[in-house]
Amino acid sequence: MNAIAEALFVAEPFQAAGDIVIDCNVNNIFYGDFLAVRDSTVPIEKKKITGFIGPSGCGKSTVLRSLNRMNDLISAFRFEGSVMYHGQDIYAKKVDPVVVRRYIGMVFQQPNPFSMSIFDNVAFGLRLNRFKGDLEERVERALKRAALWKEVKDKLKNSGLSLSGGQQQRLCIARAIATEPDVLLMDEPCSALDPIATRQVEELMLELKQNYTVALVTHNMQQATRVADTTAFFSVDISRGGRTGYLVEMGPTRQIFEAPREQLTKEYISGEFS
Amino acid sequence: MSDIDSTSRLEGAFALPQLDYQALEPRALKSGFLTSLTWIAALLASIPLFSVIYMLLAQGGTRLFGADVVEVLTGLPPAGFEIGGGIGPAILGTLVMVGIASAISVPFGILAAVYLGVLDPTSKIATTSRFLAKVLTGFPSILAGVFVYAVVVIHWGYSALAGGVALAVLMLPTLVLAAEEAMAQVPQKMKDAAYGMGCTQTEVIWKVVLPTGLPGILTGVMLAVAGAAGESAPLLFTALFSNYYISELAEPTASLSILIYNFSGMPFENQIELAWTASLVLVLIVLLFNILARLVGRPKV
Repeated sequence: MNAIAEALFVAEPFQAAGDIVIDCNVNNIFYGDFLAVRDSTVPIEKKKITGFIGPSGCGKSTVLRSLNRMNDLISAFRFEGSVMYHGQDIYAKKVDPVVVRRYIGMVFQQPNPFSMSIFDNVAFGLRLNRFKGDLEERVERALKRAALWKEVKDKLKNSGLSLSGGQQQRLCIARAIATEPDVLLMDEPCSALDPIATRQVEELMLELKQNYTVALVTHNMQQATRVADTTAFFSVDISRGGRTGYLVEMGPTRQIFEAPREQLTKEYISGEFS
Repeated sequence: MSDIDSTSRLEGAFALPQLDYQALEPRALKSGFLTSLTWIAALLASIPLFSVIYMLLAQGGTRLFGADVVEVLTGLPPAGFEIGGGIGPAILGTLVMVGIASAISVPFGILAAVYLGVLDPTSKIATTSRFLAKVLTGFPSILAGVFVYAVVVIHWGYSALAGGVALAVLMLPTLVLAAEEAMAQVPQKMKDAAYGMGCTQTEVIWKVVLPTGLPGILTGVMLAVAGAAGESAPLLFTALFSNYYISELAEPTASLSILIYNFSGMPFENQIELAWTASLVLVLIVLLFNILARLVGRPKV
């Protein structure tokens, strides 16, 4: 075999139709010496939901968390490539990751409200940004948008931790959208929720799409078909000893699920491969 | 028949299990025996505590709950054959020195704990200081007194300040370890949430880690304060004693624990009674701090 035959697979770039808010070009993402993700180009379209699917360890969460520099909190993390956000590379030396995170919010896998009242949880980001307007009105609006207002309007002073898991996750979404971020990153936001809460959060995502750009990591392929406009399928390459994730295919969700170009995608969505 | 017939249950061959309590069954006997053993051990362990409290109330209560309570709590300590008198200077001295000790050790301790628990828990500096703090919690308190004697008292003489410094040395490790523990228990997912909202590290600590860990930190502070209030050995070398109310921080100062030590050895009825009263007051002060610690330690929302 010659060198050309062994060349690494690189997905065809996805040509998004609409405006691109975040253009993520990963060359390599390392944790120490470990190459976690390679060669993946993931454009995130404005006011669309971009779903990231793929088997465990394929790097979809790593890529998502690279989009607002959450991975910087892990000391051995190293990003090679660029993440262009409105034309600026957020990995440029002069960029403050703290400021990036104020524009690109995040909802985590486990609901993680602060040990404060429901009101203070939602007001947290507003106070952080020294919001001068009507705090109560903004908190109410965020809770309404997160479809939680009716359930909590009489107990805003109760601890955020007193809510059920699904309510806590919607509280975290309310907290994330209270500051009106530009983009919302959601890292398996429903994996700790029951089917009813999952449906509520999914409806909420579709609702949020009107105003926000959403990037969503999910293990649940049905969820991707239900909410994502565009889907990126990642896989993990274990052929050369490591476990390196990479983008296999990205396209409109219908095309990915009904007419995938790549054999790997076809096998994954039909359940032949996990 | 050796092989089990899978249909036997359906045909009624299956005997109903006996589900009632069997008092004389060996495992039940063993369990009952061990349970009573723990009961007895718990009772025995509480005997010293209750007998001390009983003694204090019986011996110290006569003066504290008597008619001359105001004099006892505010009066000056009596001389030789004098009757009456009180422990006022000692109460105030103890409170002042514990106050000085807290003013030194609380800010230092919490800042150190922020480093140990949040900023860099695994660094060499952190592991070393954590180890030293653990060693220091078992440090004989008299050595703290000797240390402060050598560093402070030799140059500036006996004083409330020196006493406060000695108590601070004793409070610091307890406080650091309790506060570190409280902050380390703040879940990582909460810190992630704060970083995800765009908090700087300072904001994460100030707005999330400290408020969430506050009950635990305050409990640590109060326990350290309660421990320091009862110390006598370090004060012997540093604050010495005084028969008068404290008028400046740079003079020898009375404390309850030294008063108890002094008066309990005297051959006069009045002084011995006052020593008992002072013991009771000291226990009540420590108790008060403990109750406060529990009150402030209760989560607010």
